[in-house]
Amino acid sequence: MNGNLHLWLIPLLPFAGFLLNGLIGARLPKWLVTTIALVTPLAGFAVVLSAARGIFGVGAAAGSLPYIETCPMGWINVGMLHIDFSFVLDQLSLVMLLVITGVGFLIHIYSVGYMAHEEGYARYFSFLNLFLFFMTVLVLAGNALVMFVGWEGVGLASYLLIGFYFRKDSAANAGKKAFIVNRIGDFGFLIGMFLLLANFGTLTFSEIATKLGQDSGWQGGVVTVIALCLLLGATGKSAQLPLYIWLPDAMEGPTPVSALIHAATMVTAGVYMIARTHVLFDHSPFALGVVAIVGAATALFAATIGLVQNDIKRVLAYSTISQLGYMFLGCGVAAYSAAIFHLMTHAFFKALLFLAAGSVIHAVGGEQDMRKMGGLRKKLPVTFWTMTAAVFAIAGFPPLAAFFSKDAILYSAYLHGTGGMVLWFVGLVTALLTALYMFRLWYLTFMGEARSPEIHPHESPWSMLGPLVILALLSIGGGWIGIERFAAFLAPATGQRVAESNTPHLELILSGAAVAVALLGWLIADRLYRQKPAQAAQLAEAAPGAYKLLANKYYVDEMYGATVVKPLLGFSRYVLGWVVDAGLLGGLAWLLGGVAVFAGAILQRWQSGNLRSYAAWLAAGAAAVLLFMTVPTLLGAAGITLNLHWMGH
Amino acid sequence: MNFLSQEVPISWYLLLSAVLFSLGVIGFLIKRNLITVFMSIELMLNAVNLSFVTFAHEWHAVKGQIFVFFVMMVAAAEAAVGLAIIIAVFRARATLAVDRIDLMKL
Repeated sequence: MNGNLHLWLIPLLPFAGFLLNGLIGARLPKWLVTTIALVTPLAGFAVVLSAARGIFGVGAAAGSLPYIETCPMGWINVGMLHIDFSFVLDQLSLVMLLVITGVGFLIHIYSVGYMAHEEGYARYFSFLNLFLFFMTVLVLAGNALVMFVGWEGVGLASYLLIGFYFRKDSAANAGKKAFIVNRIGDFGFLIGMFLLLANFGTLTFSEIATKLGQDSGWQGGVVTVIALCLLLGATGKSAQLPLYIWLPDAMEGPTPVSALIHAATMVTAGVYMIARTHVLFDHSPFALGVVAIVGAATALFAATIGLVQNDIKRVLAYSTISQLGYMFLGCGVAAYSAAIFHLMTHAFFKALLFLAAGSVIHAVGGEQDMRKMGGLRKKLPVTFWTMTAAVFAIAGFPPLAAFFSKDAILYSAYLHGTGGMVLWFVGLVTALLTALYMFRLWYLTFMGEARSPEIHPHESPWSMLGPLVILALLSIGGGWIGIERFAAFLAPATGQRVAESNTPHLELILSGAAVAVALLGWLIADRLYRQKPAQAAQLAEAAPGAYKLLANKYYVDEMYGATVVKPLLGFSRYVLGWVVDAGLLGGLAWLLGGVAVFAGAILQRWQSGNLRSYAAWLAAGAAAVLLFMTVPTLLGAAGITLNLHWMGH
Repeated sequence: MNFLSQEVPISWYLLLSAVLFSLGVIGFLIKRNLITVFMSIELMLNAVNLSFVTFAHEWHAVKGQIFVFFVMMVAAAEAAVGLAIIIAVFRARATLAVDRIDLMKL
C-alpha cells in the first residue's frame, strides 16, 4: 500500500452532507436533499473501499498497516500534554468502517422511502449524516481522546434522532434518558482516560500497548481499575447491565434510526472500544472476567424480557441487548475476533430485522403491536422472505451468518478455563431463548390469519425493499468467510492467537448443541404460536408471577427510579433548588441588590434635576475652595500662623 | 498724563471683575429665563477675561492675553451650540423656564 489514503475524507464527507442539509436543507427541493444525503455517505463508502482494495489487493503490503494519519497542525499542546488528532487504519478499523459506511449507506437508501412523507425530511438526513461523521471518527481514532470525541458525538446524534418526533413527549423523554444514562458511562470512560494519562502519559493506543508490552510489572492493580472504568463506558454505550435501560426506550426514534444506530453500529462501539484497548484487558484477568460475566448476564437477562414483549420493535431492542451481551462475552473470554465477527454479522441481520420490521410497520400504517398483525406473509412477500432469512440467521441455523459467529463465541467460551463451561451454558440457554422469541415474532407477524380487520397492508416501495434484499444476502452469506480466516486477518490488530480447532470433535458437538437448541426454540414457538395459540396465554396464567416479572422488565426501571432518580430529584429540588439556589445564591443576590437600591435612594437626592440647585452647589463648592485657600493668607496678614505645612506656604 | 495706566490701581480692575462675576453667579442662580441664564454665563466668562488681562498687564506676561482669546473662542462656540439647544428646547416645550426643564427625557 502506498500513497495517501486520505482517511480524513471518510468522516468529512458525511459531515459536509450534514452541514448542507442542516443549514439550507429546508429551503432545497426534496430531490436535492436526497441527493446530498445519499451521495456523501456513498462517497465515504467509496473511500473506504479504495482503502480496502489497497489492503486486500494483489501484492498489497498488509504489513504496512496500521496506517496512521495525523492532523499536521497538532491538537492539544499544554505543558507536558501532547495529544494529536490522529486517525489509524488497521484491520480492525477497516472491518468496522466497511460495516458502518456500507450498512449505513443501505439504511440511507431505505430511509428515502421510509421517511418520504415525514415532516423534517432534511433535518432527518442531516442528523443521519452527522451520525456517520462521528461514528467514523470514533472508529478511526488513533487515541482515546479522538475516540471520545466520536463517542460523545454519536451520543449526540443518537439523542437527536431518538427525539426526532420531538412533539411527542415519550420521544423527547427517551432521548433525554439515552443521553443521561450514557453520561454515566462517559464518566467511566473519562476517569479511565485520566488514569491512562496519569500512569502511561499517553492516550495513543499503540503507545499504551508498547508500554504494557515492555514492562511485565503491569499486572492487575491500576490496569484493572482503568479497564473497569473503560468497561463502564462500554456498558453505557452498548446497553449492557446495568446501563442497558435506555435502549428499549430509544425505539421511539424512526425505525431506520433504530436499525442503524441502535442495532448495527453505535451500540457496538463499546465492543469495538474493548477490542481496541484489548491490551489493557489482557493484562487484567479480573477485568476480563467482569466483561464476560456482564456479557453473559446481559445476554440471558435481555432475552428473557424479549420473550414477552408485544411491541415488535421492543422485541428487537431486547434482542439487540442480548446479542451485544454475546459480543461482550466473546471479548470477556479474550476472543476479540469472534466478538468482532459477531458484531459484523449482527450488523447485517439485526439491521435487516429492524428494516423489515420498519417495512411491516410502514405497511400496516404505524401499528407496532404484534398482537394486531398476523397473516402478513402473503401481503408482504419480499419483506416476509427477507425477514425469514434474518430470523433463521439470528436463531443460529447453518449456514446462515450468525451460526458461524455465535458458534465461535460459544466455542471460545467453552474452552476458556474455569467458569468457561458456565458461560457457555448461559450462552446456550440464551440461544434457545433467542430462537424462541424470534420465531414468536415471526409467527405473530407473518403467519396465521390477520387479527385486525381494519389494517390494509401494502408492500413497501423498492427503495426500502432493495436494502432489505442486499442485507438478506449478507445475513445469509456473511458468515461464510469463516472465523479462522477472519481471526487471522484481524490478528495484527487484536494481537490474538488464531483459535486452533485442534479438537474438531468438540467443536462439532458444540455446534450440534447450538443448532439443537435453536431447533428446540423453533418447535416451542411453533407449538405455542401456530398450533395452539391459546397455550401461550395459558402458560402466562399458569405462572402469573414470572410472567408479570418479565412483562414489567424485572422492574428495573422502577428500581432505578426509586433508588437513583427520585433521591436525585429530591436532592436537586430541595437541597440544591431551595437551600442553595433560592436560599444562598438568591439571598446573596437580594442582599447585593438591596445595598445598591438603598445607596441609590440616598444618592439620588443629589440628582434633583433642578439646574439652579446644581449651580448653587457648584458656586458653594467654589466658594468653599476659595475660602480654604485664602483664609490662611488672610490670617497670616493678621499675624496668626497656622501650621499647614502641606499647603506649601 | 497717562492717567489710566499709571494711576488706577490693579485692585480696582480686580474688584470690577469680582463684582461682574458675582452678578453673573447671582443671575445664573435666580433668573428663570434660560436666555438670561445663558447671558449670565457669558458675563462670568467676561469677568474672568478681565482678570486675565489685568494680571497679564501687571506682570508683563503675554500668556494671560492668549488665554483670553481661548476663552472668547470657546465662548463663541458655546453661544452657538447653546442657542441652538435653547431653540430646540423651546420648540419641544414651548417654555424657557429653567424650573420646568428638569427632565432629560423630552
